[in-house]
Amino acid sequence: MSAEYDLECLDVSKNFGGVRAVEDVSFKIPKGSFFSILGPSGCGKTTLMRMIAGFEDPTRGDIYIKRKSVLNTAPNKRNVKMVFQHLALFPMMNVFENIAYGLRCRGETAGEIERKVKDVLERIALPDVGGREIHQLSGGQKQRIAIARCMVLDPDVLLLDEPLGALDLKLREAMKIELKLLQHQFDTTFIYITHDQSEALVMSDNVAIMNEGRFEQVGAPQELYHDPKTAFVAGFVGDNNHWTGKINQVIGDRLDLVTETGLSMTGHLRGNAAAAAGGNLTLFVRPEFITTRKVEDGTSEKISSDDNCLTGKIDSLLFNGANSRILVRGPGQELIEADIVLTGGTDDLRPGDPVRLSWPREQTMCFLA
Amino acid sequence: MKKDITRLSFILLFAPFALWIILLIILPHIGMVIISLREKVAPRIYEFSFANYVDFMQEPIYWNTLLRTGSMSLLVTVLALIIGFPIAYYIAKIAGKRSKGALFLLCLIPLWVSDLIRAFGWILLLRETGVVSTALQKTGLVSQPIEFLYNDATVIMGLVYTVILFMIVPLVSTLDGMDDAMVEAGYNLGGNGSTVLRRIIIPYAMPGIVSGCIVVFMLTAGSYLTPILLGGKNSSWFTEQIYEQFISRYNWESGAAFGFLLLFFTSIVVWLGLKLSGQTLSSTVAKS
Repeated sequence: MSAEYDLECLDVSKNFGGVRAVEDVSFKIPKGSFFSILGPSGCGKTTLMRMIAGFEDPTRGDIYIKRKSVLNTAPNKRNVKMVFQHLALFPMMNVFENIAYGLRCRGETAGEIERKVKDVLERIALPDVGGREIHQLSGGQKQRIAIARCMVLDPDVLLLDEPLGALDLKLREAMKIELKLLQHQFDTTFIYITHDQSEALVMSDNVAIMNEGRFEQVGAPQELYHDPKTAFVAGFVGDNNHWTGKINQVIGDRLDLVTETGLSMTGHLRGNAAAAAGGNLTLFVRPEFITTRKVEDGTSEKISSDDNCLTGKIDSLLFNGANSRILVRGPGQELIEADIVLTGGTDDLRPGDPVRLSWPREQTMCFLA
Repeated sequence: MKKDITRLSFILLFAPFALWIILLIILPHIGMVIISLREKVAPRIYEFSFANYVDFMQEPIYWNTLLRTGSMSLLVTVLALIIGFPIAYYIAKIAGKRSKGALFLLCLIPLWVSDLIRAFGWILLLRETGVVSTALQKTGLVSQPIEFLYNDATVIMGLVYTVILFMIVPLVSTLDGMDDAMVEAGYNLGGNGSTVLRRIIIPYAMPGIVSGCIVVFMLTAGSYLTPILLGGKNSSWFTEQIYEQFISRYNWESGAAFGFLLLFFTSIVVWLGLKLSGQTLSSTVAKS
């Protein structure tokens, strides 16, 4: 164990009666990094966080903060602060008192408290709200006060339990960037729990994907996105065309396969398992890696031999600015999603157009089922 | 058309309330004020005067009884709060969803029995030949019968027992509305049990506490059966004085004045309590 890690979990498990909420989770979080735990609701991420904060005791395993085991440390003695899902600001105190609460619990002097609260309010760019009541604040301001209330205590680790969930979309987007900036500014380890992949990918240095109590994969956002190790990670992070199929032939890590709907493709085996002909597969193709070309009469464009290629008709067009997408009715009658660019010009794709879709072999991410 | 229906339904709904307030509260009280402000100068001849109120001031036993009733009611209120708060906290925050309903029901069951029967229940337990005294003699702890009735401690205990429910109900409803995360945040930010209780739970529950206290204080100060039955003739409860003026002495003028003084006195106490706790009637009683 080195001092570089603010938080380490070692084989942490938690059972509730017969239900396993968290199973053998181990991870280390380097000092000053932004770490997210991403998973669907009910995957155990909140339980894991509550164990770190000390509100639940792990059934097995150990938790270290700054190299010290905290299993026998009461929640109020751990230097881990938490921003709750609904923030849990104290409505009977004003902003100043909310932030001062932790300092008063520590028994700091009035002058010290005054100075620290003023300082932290300036750092979150809300210098004049000290005298306001909680209900007078906007959603984003409450958010920042909840963070300030923790940061004023200079914690080793700050836990954030889906704090953006209650905000509307626009504010959520703004707060994502702001949280990242705040983390840089305070230079504290943040652990962020969410089911929203875009929050996790945008803000984090590292993300753990959690499913059914286990960590499926831990890695940088790009790594998780481009090199998922399990089918769950591939399916959970990012958008996908998702098929199931069978292997026809294995050539190194190249697979020739046919999907249940009868599409023939070549793909790339992910994960560490060995593939054999006849094995069942789950495969994913991300919409942004599919190239769409309009099929003109008589033109046949040269396509590299590795590429997967199929033709179909545009069923519908999902316009969403820069993230526009088409749904293509393929040969097997299945719908395939592909990202496109719409310029507003006359040669834009339109529903009913025949198109050829192609993508490189590496972008067919195959996992043994 | 629609507007007329809304107005009609408003009038229909409002009418019983208005009738109740006017006929049962305002009119009788106006009558009482008038009666209390007259003096009998000769048979069937009355004069306007403050004599009844002056009598009250000049006779120490009257205002002593009122002060005694007030201070004992305050004591009952405090005891009900101290005993009721943990119970309410347990029901609202610690008990599971299912046992919560059952526990609440258990609190309500005593209400199905009338005050009178419950007071007699206490008498059966506590009198000289009652259950407690007999049991103590049987076990040899005491050699002769003990009379537990007819002292202040018993009166206070009986009153707490009668009114504690009215403390628990508003407390449960305010504590129920408190997010568990608030308590957890209190610990997470470094508070210990007593800090969390003092700085988070109690301030949050303040509206419920104040509203429970008001109801309990008013009920206790105005109660009649329990002090008489458990405290006997010497319980010196102010309602007893009022009863005596009206019924035994047939002195309605003085009884009405006493009734008003009790109302005035309790209102002052409640007003002081609200001022001291920084609450208002609309933020407490009206909410729970």
